[in-house]
Amino acid sequence: MTQLSSRPGISRELMAVRAARELRPGMYVNLGIGLPTLVSNFIDPGVILQAENGMLGYGPLAEGPERDPDLINAGGQYVTMLPGACFFHSADSFAMIRGGHIDVCILGALQVSEKGDLANWMVPERGIGSIGGAMDLVTGARRVVALMEHRDRQGRPKILRECTYPLTGRRVVKLVITDLAVIEVTPDGMVLREVAPGWTPEEVQAVTEPRLIVPPDCREMAF
Amino acid sequence: MPPQIYPTPFDALFDVFDGAVILVGGFGHVGHPHNLVRALRDRGVKNLTIVANNIGLGDSLDLLAETGQIKKFIGSFPVRASRERMTHFERLFREGLAEVEITPQGTMVERIRAAGAGIAAFYTPVGVGTVVEQGKEKRVFNGREYILETALHGDFALIKAYKADKLGNLVYRRTARNFNPVMATAARVTIAEVEEVVEPGELDPEAIVTPGIYVDRLVICPRDYNDPAIFQTWD
Repeated sequence: MTQLSSRPGISRELMAVRAARELRPGMYVNLGIGLPTLVSNFIDPGVILQAENGMLGYGPLAEGPERDPDLINAGGQYVTMLPGACFFHSADSFAMIRGGHIDVCILGALQVSEKGDLANWMVPERGIGSIGGAMDLVTGARRVVALMEHRDRQGRPKILRECTYPLTGRRVVKLVITDLAVIEVTPDGMVLREVAPGWTPEEVQAVTEPRLIVPPDCREMAF
Repeated sequence: MPPQIYPTPFDALFDVFDGAVILVGGFGHVGHPHNLVRALRDRGVKNLTIVANNIGLGDSLDLLAETGQIKKFIGSFPVRASRERMTHFERLFREGLAEVEITPQGTMVERIRAAGAGIAAFYTPVGVGTVVEQGKEKRVFNGREYILETALHGDFALIKAYKADKLGNLVYRRTARNFNPVMATAARVTIAEVEEVVEPGELDPEAIVTPGIYVDRLVICPRDYNDPAIFQTWD
């Protein structure tokens, strides 16, 4: 039981691999800044990526001379275009987002609550933060997945009964994927669907604030 | 009236004034009118309200914070995600010398779109249950809560396009389009920094994104690939 607060879980790459398994060919998907951008390395080529800075159909990261100065994703990374890519201005982009046309959005998180509240834009100590497109995305995307480390740098849980940081949205997160677990947010509470290799449901519970429902079919994450 | 072509960005900003509200295009450094913003700094005007997606994220707007010309920033990305590299603007904010109105990115651009389209205000679900709803009217439609957001006009819009024709019709390149076509509609004076101006008829009419009716002034700034603003990373 000791040192659960610092015992490593799966790597960031494996987290991205696991998150990519939520995506199917033909889905329109928006990936948030930070850890979620890694997911683009592992997706099926039939998944269509939307970047809120005004693009549908971006491809893998562009390197060196392949970089186009006018072609970035919303994380500021130089990307490539896939055949059939298209561009639009920011009002159209957010109409697409707010209007419910994005199937899945995968976002990073500072905190997620038992009810699916998300806090991901501001650490109160700093006194200021950046919202970007996150509030629009969590409001408009049909399914919001939080991809995050299970514990903060001090080893404290980031999955809480109530978020203590300013919210990005209330009751918006449907699935939480961490380095330790896959947790579904349901009307009855948080359901532990999968645990990382080498972790038991009890150990995951010990570093999670709200009570987790552990169904009989809770299993080890597969990649 | 077709736009006038000015010899320099500095000339194109001849009537910019203290206290102006200025819409500035760009997402990060891409599609940002770097040359017009540098000229705005050189004009020395003060107490500006800058409406832009971001400041100090590869754009040139932090130059205006360095000189203390900004009084207020309205946008979605006022500070970098990392605290490692503090911008001049974040320092101004911490010292109480500049204020921030933070707005979700889609709400910001819709407010600007509304201004250009003659819409006074609109209800949006974005920001319900967060700090963004504070002080705003709320209303329920079909069982869902919405907040009232108002139009956001500018005195000037500084935008970046790829090419213009002499009638002010504009085309953009790839993700450099972003906020520019929307901001072009919402200011009293719209000034576009473009890489080339061609004769009417040379742009494919089907490909024009910003109709010339929205553009008041043009200034030609060929892309300088030695300019460090061209390729940047935000890390």
